[in-house]
Amino acid sequence: MSNIGSYEERVKNFEWSIAEKELGYEPGGDINIGWYCTDRICQMGKASKMAILWEGLGGVEKKYTYNDLRLRTNTMASFLIGLGVNQGDRVCLFMDKVPELYIGVLSVLKMGAVAQPLFSAFGDESLFIRLENAGTSAIITQRKHVGKVRQILDKLPGLKNIIIIDHDGKKELKERETVFAMDSAVQVEHFDVAKTKAESPSVLHYTSGTTGQPKGVKHVHYSLISQYLTTKWVLDMQEDDIYWCTADPGWVTGTSYGIIGGFATGATNCILDTGFSAESWYRFIQKYKVTMWYSAPTAIRSLMKAGDELVKQFDLSSLRHLASVGEPLNAEAVIWSEKVFGKAFHDTYWQTETGSMMIVNVPGLKIKPGSMGKPFPGITATVLDENTYEPVSGPNKPGLIAFRPGWPAMMRTYWNNEETYQKKFKNGWYLSGDKAFLDQDNYFWFIGRDDDVINTGGHLVSPFEVESALLEHEAVAESAVVAKPDEVNMEVVKAFVVLNEGFEPGDMLELQIMNFIRKKLSPLAMPQEIEYLDKLPKTRSGKIMRRLLHAKEWGHDIGDVSTLEDD
Amino acid sequence: MNNMKDIVLKYVIDEYLDDPDEELTYDSPLISGGIVDSFSMVSLKRFLEATYKISLPDDRATPEAFDTVNSIVTLVEEFISKKS
Repeated sequence: MSNIGSYEERVKNFEWSIAEKELGYEPGGDINIGWYCTDRICQMGKASKMAILWEGLGGVEKKYTYNDLRLRTNTMASFLIGLGVNQGDRVCLFMDKVPELYIGVLSVLKMGAVAQPLFSAFGDESLFIRLENAGTSAIITQRKHVGKVRQILDKLPGLKNIIIIDHDGKKELKERETVFAMDSAVQVEHFDVAKTKAESPSVLHYTSGTTGQPKGVKHVHYSLISQYLTTKWVLDMQEDDIYWCTADPGWVTGTSYGIIGGFATGATNCILDTGFSAESWYRFIQKYKVTMWYSAPTAIRSLMKAGDELVKQFDLSSLRHLASVGEPLNAEAVIWSEKVFGKAFHDTYWQTETGSMMIVNVPGLKIKPGSMGKPFPGITATVLDENTYEPVSGPNKPGLIAFRPGWPAMMRTYWNNEETYQKKFKNGWYLSGDKAFLDQDNYFWFIGRDDDVINTGGHLVSPFEVESALLEHEAVAESAVVAKPDEVNMEVVKAFVVLNEGFEPGDMLELQIMNFIRKKLSPLAMPQEIEYLDKLPKTRSGKIMRRLLHAKEWGHDIGDVSTLEDD
Repeated sequence: MNNMKDIVLKYVIDEYLDDPDEELTYDSPLISGGIVDSFSMVSLKRFLEATYKISLPDDRATPEAFDTVNSIVTLVEEFISKKS
């Protein structure tokens, strides 16, 4: 029997207080995610239960019980306070998927500061933009990434502490740097957990839009309520589950479900901190007997490409329930997973801004392969007409996916950008920025973005950010960036560039520009292809017509070109 | 430097290695070791194609074939020999 039981019954009788009661939270009382994920589980008699099974390169293993988690979060939280980090301060976690990242996020939450996890492959400019915007006062990082922090330090006077978790003493520490060795530190038995309330800020994640710089999405401790309940009902987390969320906590899935959902439900969480290979993933599932697997369409399609024969070389019979998030899960992937694993991947849809799952395929609900599923109980979702912002009438009509605000994990604002936040609402609906249609059974079917943001491998990339960075390359005079279809990642970045005088198009220049963006922004933002143009298509008022280039890449009709500038 | 292994190794170290103290060998796992991610693999492929004037089809430029400098060199040599 699944945790959710009957979807229809749950929808009928739903209240968020179901989760509040299970968690023992009284409205108006204290709620601290860090405490719920550590001390509370210990108090429930599970102190010796395995919390983390971690594996790194070369098969190196680390294991932590829930009591280890309690002690280490006490210790790291105390250390941060000792450095002068205060409640409400932003603390960035800039690390690979090492245990210190997971435990670090919980430590920051436990002492009442705001956790700002960032993808460790970000280049120095991406890092700078996000740290500056957040006014981050401390960053926890690894030796291998500290070079990127040093490059931008002069521009960040408010960044007071750089904490290195794996300093080996071979090189001297530089300005503002300090060392924290989590496992060998004297463990702190008692710690006064910050008395955070429902609306106290908890996590700050950055997301990209079509224009402007990335936006900091502010979440609060009350988000736990919907993150906990969706973990129980959608991921169907059971007492003995061995859970593997493959997402990096630098992105919202890795935090909401790779940290908060998994630990708050007391599951045993597996973490694999190596690069992707189909063989190593199957071996990992086999070795740790993973039962609940939450992954992404890009990874699933890569596994499909590796072939069915490889699957047969491993014992994957431990798998009990599979789910997916990031971009739409194509019907072929659902059918394939049923064939090779004997279980279908259950697609889930949500965003950085929503904080927790919104449209889902829950156990027991019929899966329509390729569909996003139905709204989670308690979520009011609809498809709005693009002009009137009223719900469309009848099935199969495309429009904007929208939600009635009010669920616990909804973002509270964009950091220092309330104006943009307010623009996300029309007629009392939160606009997701995605388009879909509803079928006759009220299942949602994803169509695409309603803007130019590129969804590559489940991560959003702003064309504006890439175009701005391209202009910093000496060879580039003008640029336009669009999504290009991709079999594995759904979309990848493609750049059209006009070169400055004195530069000749060529393979080596293309490579140089690609690497320039990769290092400056991130591998995700790196154009996978660069096309040289003599001039970009523009309107008569000089605005680049990105839509034309996009249509060309996707083989779509280019539409109205009456505003196109003449030759 | 004209040994292909050294050229590829140097490129990987210069372009993809975050930790300057990390030692890489011809057999170090690049993709499964997380040094070169799947997105960055595209730029590594482009480097090999531009440097050795070959075209590597996508179905051969797999994470497995790109996992070590040794396996990369084997793949590149195969396509160079096909050219001649």
